[in-house]
Amino acid sequence: MARIGVFVCWCGENIARTVDVEKVTAAAAEMPGVRCAINYKYMCSDPGQASIREKIQSEKLRGVVVASCSPHMHLKTFRAAAQAAGLNPYLVEMANIREHCSWVHHNKDEATEKAIQLIRMTVGKVLRNHALNPIKVPLTKRALVIGGGVAGIQASLDIADAGYEVVLVEREPSIGGKMAGLSETFPTLDCSQCILTPRMVEVGQHPNIRLYSYSEVEAVDGYVGNFEVTIRKKARYVDIDKCTGCGDCWTKCPSKKNLSEFDQGMGTRTAIYVPFPQAVPARPVIDKEACLHFKTGKCGACQKRCQAGAINFEDEDQLVKENVGAVIIATGYKLYKITDAQNNAKYTGYGEYGYGQYPDVIDGLQFERIVSASGPTGGEIKRPSDGAEPKNIVFIACVGSRDNAKGMTFCSKICCMYTAKHTMLYKHKVHDGQAHVFYMDIRAGGKNYDEFVRRAIEKDGAKYYRGRVSKITQENGKLIVRGTDTLVGEPITVEADMVVLATAMQPADGARELAQKLKVGYDEFGFLSESHPKLRPVETTSAGVYICGACHAPKDIPEAVAQASAAAGKVQVMFGKGELTREPEIAVINEQTCAACYACVRTCPYGAIEKAEIRDRKGNLVKYTARVNQGLCMGCGTCVAVCPSKSADIEGFSEQQIYEMVKNLV
Amino acid sequence: MIEIGYYPGCALHGSSNDYEASVQACMKALGVRLNELDDWICCGATAAHSMNHMLSVALPARNLGIAERDGIDEVFAPCPMCSMELIKANRAITASPSLRAQIAEIVELPVEGKTEVINLIQVFERVGLEAIRAAVKKPLGHIQAACYYGCLLTRPPKVLEFDDAEQPSLMEGILEAIGASTVEWNYKTECCGAGMTMAREETIIDLAGKILDNAAAHGANCLVAACPMCHVNLDMKQADIARARGASRGLTVYYLSDLVGLALGLSPEELAINRHFVVRDLDAAPATSEA
Repeated sequence: MARIGVFVCWCGENIARTVDVEKVTAAAAEMPGVRCAINYKYMCSDPGQASIREKIQSEKLRGVVVASCSPHMHLKTFRAAAQAAGLNPYLVEMANIREHCSWVHHNKDEATEKAIQLIRMTVGKVLRNHALNPIKVPLTKRALVIGGGVAGIQASLDIADAGYEVVLVEREPSIGGKMAGLSETFPTLDCSQCILTPRMVEVGQHPNIRLYSYSEVEAVDGYVGNFEVTIRKKARYVDIDKCTGCGDCWTKCPSKKNLSEFDQGMGTRTAIYVPFPQAVPARPVIDKEACLHFKTGKCGACQKRCQAGAINFEDEDQLVKENVGAVIIATGYKLYKITDAQNNAKYTGYGEYGYGQYPDVIDGLQFERIVSASGPTGGEIKRPSDGAEPKNIVFIACVGSRDNAKGMTFCSKICCMYTAKHTMLYKHKVHDGQAHVFYMDIRAGGKNYDEFVRRAIEKDGAKYYRGRVSKITQENGKLIVRGTDTLVGEPITVEADMVVLATAMQPADGARELAQKLKVGYDEFGFLSESHPKLRPVETTSAGVYICGACHAPKDIPEAVAQASAAAGKVQVMFGKGELTREPEIAVINEQTCAACYACVRTCPYGAIEKAEIRDRKGNLVKYTARVNQGLCMGCGTCVAVCPSKSADIEGFSEQQIYEMVKNLV
Repeated sequence: MIEIGYYPGCALHGSSNDYEASVQACMKALGVRLNELDDWICCGATAAHSMNHMLSVALPARNLGIAERDGIDEVFAPCPMCSMELIKANRAITASPSLRAQIAEIVELPVEGKTEVINLIQVFERVGLEAIRAAVKKPLGHIQAACYYGCLLTRPPKVLEFDDAEQPSLMEGILEAIGASTVEWNYKTECCGAGMTMAREETIIDLAGKILDNAAAHGANCLVAACPMCHVNLDMKQADIARARGASRGLTVYYLSDLVGLALGLSPEELAINRHFVVRDLDAAPATSEA
């Protein structure tokens, strides 16, 4: 016999203003299966919870309905209260009479009637509930971090310092990411490398971090707590264990004219190279496309020169497997390149700026290399075409960002700040030069950010024009920048020596493919989706997979670092437990009735259903069946919808419960 | 033999009848038969869409309806303003069934909006660069052209979806096929001020003057246009521009069909080049300016 208690909450005035809680309580008390019904001003408060506990014990309740807010808000609270009173927590359900009722209706009579119906429905659901127990999953206390930029470095160090092992995978020859190539950072103008490289060294030397540089994640199997990751170690042609990093090889390499990726194509490097002097690991890699040995078979200068015998032209890609319990994705961003083919044909490009046509029109990361002391010009500001010092320089903000017509709709967030920084760095090096900035709005929200932009304008004299540039052309060695100043209301022309485009941030290449491997969602631009935009910002809908840094959305260094520590914190919370428990409200297959058609196996978006065999005690095959992997199932219910023999069901949300709810409603 | 619908538009039957003569002669030489739309009307151009939206759809739609009625699937409109208005009407009608019904009532013809509308450059593309190259009798090695697209040939890009709106290059390809060379310059897609020719002469003197200056500064010995309005501003007004800017001038402004026609062996008279205001015989150097 059912003994259900109904607890109606006023939520202060939130519910009681629109719903007659007394009437609702009286109606609930009369519903079949309901033992008692009470109401209280704040059911989630201590006295409210105490009344639930008291009623469970005094009335020997076998089920509880709390009619209050959304289960997202307080289901855990009420289940914990019930558990404290000795009731299985999965026998507690909530009727949402706030978001679904009082907040969205005005008429009190109608809202009251609707609240009663919602409760009647939920009582029906509880009638068919049965006790469940959390699922226990074993846990491998090692983390995989994908991407060795500043976010990946921060996350790895946090987890490693907490005493857990970290597997860090970076696809470039060195960790450091975009930040390693920046000159100075806003809003303090401290040197990017000076603050980053000690962290890189820490990663390289940390006993708890296993670094796979020049490697990529090939495949991910398993589930939260128990992932098996296949990592492709790309052929480096250098044995990094034998190599001492002495540099004899690259000083002797005859192939010197290759564009340096690290210098954003503004400088050159040899075919065997270390991307930059502070690289971690400080071991070279051979660029097969540029190497004369691979191109002509004639050269072998590096091999002859290497005392350690570390050069191995026979090297091949290797696949290695690592077991981890959690994954952090920190794959970062790339800049929108006007001349590149785009994922979306809508981003047709900005031919009017002449990028790719005029060598002195460059992007923000290229300018970073020109200003950087470690860059191709040794930190002297020289323009690419003829090495002259630009006396007039134009910066254009929002190139590709915030453009519904032919760009991306989002704001890239960092450009206002780095453009202000660029004007300052320029002025500090070219005292008689003039920086001009075309902008749409100045978005400088952040600690000391607006002050920084004001300094660029007021102290360092950058001229800011609110307006867009319509065309850049070249006349007599000058770039003619034609635009408009909408505050003055006039078209303006600047004769510039160099132009820097603040192009939009896009997710790094391959982010979508990686997200698919890890079953993480992404938006139309390829930025990875968090589980909840406010309350679960570093979690994803894939259990045990976390995100941080610019792979999630455009963000600056402090924000990426904060998010990385947050993701690392989440991993540590998980690792702090002996084993994992998961909510038991997941799919279950009735193996007796399963016809083994495997429609569910094919449709499960999480790959959580496996083909299994039922055998008798002697080991003879009785039948085939589908079986749910309790570690992987997210309880979405897709299998329930596709199962032709009605053998799949969701615990705590069974078809029987839904029938009962509908029955109670009509 | 390519057969194609032909919508000359008002300009080609009026102020720019030299363009019509050039297009007709050139197409004939290329073996393209132009079937002029029966009883076509004005496309409305700038005047209609600045006054009344429905009128600006209805006027071109009537012409599209005529083409559909007569079973013509492809219409060549040499004036880019006309082709743009026709394409815009096509788009509007296909996008909205209710507008389609309204328009059908106004223009007294069903209009589905499925006629393909193409400009002069696209006609040459349709003939094929290889075919043109093969038909050349007099390669134009002495021509150093600045290809001028103006504002309308490529814009609005979302409507026309034609070439790169800011850095177009299809005209250069055609000139290369007839043995001419082209210059890189900066005013390919700038506006010449056509709409202001009568109302504000000083505006077009400034705008068209910059275009002429820039073409000359980059070593062009002529300009090539594919728009009757651009031709008026750059050719007819060239003398006024030169006077106002205090510069002597003499940059021949050809229609694209003029140069293709010349290469195919047609005479300047057949192509009505002698009816231009700035006439310079580029074959006989040194040239003298009429401006």
